[in-house]
Amino acid sequence: MRYAMAVDTRKCVGCSDCVVACQTENKVPIGFCRDWVVEVMDGTYPQLEMEIRSERCNHCENAPCVRCCPTGASHFVEGGIVMVEHSQCIGCGACIASCPYDARYPHPDGYVDKCTFCEHRIKNGLTPACTAVCPTKCLYFGDLDDPNSDVSVVLKKRKYKTLIPEAGTSPQLYFLI
Amino acid sequence: MKEELIVSGRMNQLVDPHLHIWHWQISIYLFLGGMAAGILAIAALYYIRGREKDYSTAVRITPFLAPLLLIIGLVALFIDLRHKLFFWQLYTNIKLQSPMSWGAWTLMVITPVSFIWCALHIRDIYPRWDWKFSWLKETEVFFNKYKMVLAWVMLIYAIILGIYTGILLSAFNARPLWNTSILGPLFLASGLSAGAAATLLLSKDKAERKQFARIDLVLIGIELFLIIHMFMGFLAGAQVQIEAVNMFLGGEYTMSFWIFVVMLGMILPAVLEIMELKKFHIPVIVPAVLVIIGSLALRFIIVYAGQVSRWLY
Repeated sequence: MRYAMAVDTRKCVGCSDCVVACQTENKVPIGFCRDWVVEVMDGTYPQLEMEIRSERCNHCENAPCVRCCPTGASHFVEGGIVMVEHSQCIGCGACIASCPYDARYPHPDGYVDKCTFCEHRIKNGLTPACTAVCPTKCLYFGDLDDPNSDVSVVLKKRKYKTLIPEAGTSPQLYFLI
Repeated sequence: MKEELIVSGRMNQLVDPHLHIWHWQISIYLFLGGMAAGILAIAALYYIRGREKDYSTAVRITPFLAPLLLIIGLVALFIDLRHKLFFWQLYTNIKLQSPMSWGAWTLMVITPVSFIWCALHIRDIYPRWDWKFSWLKETEVFFNKYKMVLAWVMLIYAIILGIYTGILLSAFNARPLWNTSILGPLFLASGLSAGAAATLLLSKDKAERKQFARIDLVLIGIELFLIIHMFMGFLAGAQVQIEAVNMFLGGEYTMSFWIFVVMLGMILPAVLEIMELKKFHIPVIVPAVLVIIGSLALRFIIVYAGQVSRWLY
């Protein structure tokens, strides 16, 4: 099993519903977020090109945060999801410094927190909160090993990119272009 | 032209300052740990080579600083933790891929060893010291018998500690400035030179001071060589590495790096030490303190600048 997410940068309107849904679902403390929306503008007026990306933890296959964690609090669970075990995390910040996507933040309770692909929801057959709530349906979630999953189907049809693959992390967040 | 906006979440002022996750605590610890490693490595090395009599300050007196530096460093590390009560998790796990795990276990060995080393030399400071309890006396006899083994353990772990302070940072490929293996030897050399400077400060023996001024000179030479090497490597590297090194070659850290680390911390003390060796009268405190300040500045600048350097996407 290999969970992944695809984000349609052509369909996303940048409404930030995914951000609010995540904050609500995961009780993210005020002032923090596990996902965020980036708007990239390219070109000179009037020849402009825009890309909108809903970003979060890339659940990298070669995750530097898991590698550098001194206690094993950052770990992989089934499906390649990177999780943080709160009772093992000492809050040293090594994983925050090691993430090229800056996807982690120190929770006010002391441990380090980040996107979990809503592991508690997908265990029950649901999709992550951001995906479920997206009004333009531009987020696709699923198992890459299953050829009929939403994410496998859309990745077969469309061109895509990942963010800084040259950082050697093999990210599992795909951006449709 | 490319313009990037973060329309939600990250626009929040509370989020992005947190990405600068390591502050003075880490810099202070890397400096103190490196200096303690330098002091202990030099003491162990001279003891193993049987030069205890010639360099008695370095072998017997300066090591008394090491436990103190290590303890202050460990307190700084503890302050840095955000989930403090879970710190013991470091010692229920061994993670070979994580430099911080290596460092935690190294500290677990070197800190008690440094205390034992000091205990064996306590009579050099308090000649009428008495351990009071018989089991303490027996422990002293035991360690005195195996002092050579202890010295080897101390030498090896001091070198691991010195290198680890650099490797801790170089394991992060997300921060291109840190992502160079030269940081390991560079921080080791810097720690050794700070350790040599400590003996230079404490020693009252002329021959010993002369020797340690020479050691410092050689180490400063090695450090300069490693810094040039590091910059050359960066300049011949990928775009992110070129951008990282440009922070020191015209960017925001240029002044602080070249003035505090290179000029005040290396070139000036080297010149003063050469003058001293050429029989000019220079108060030894000046180059020694400059070397220590340079070593501290190097840690601060690398820790802070590294967190500014990043991949752009």
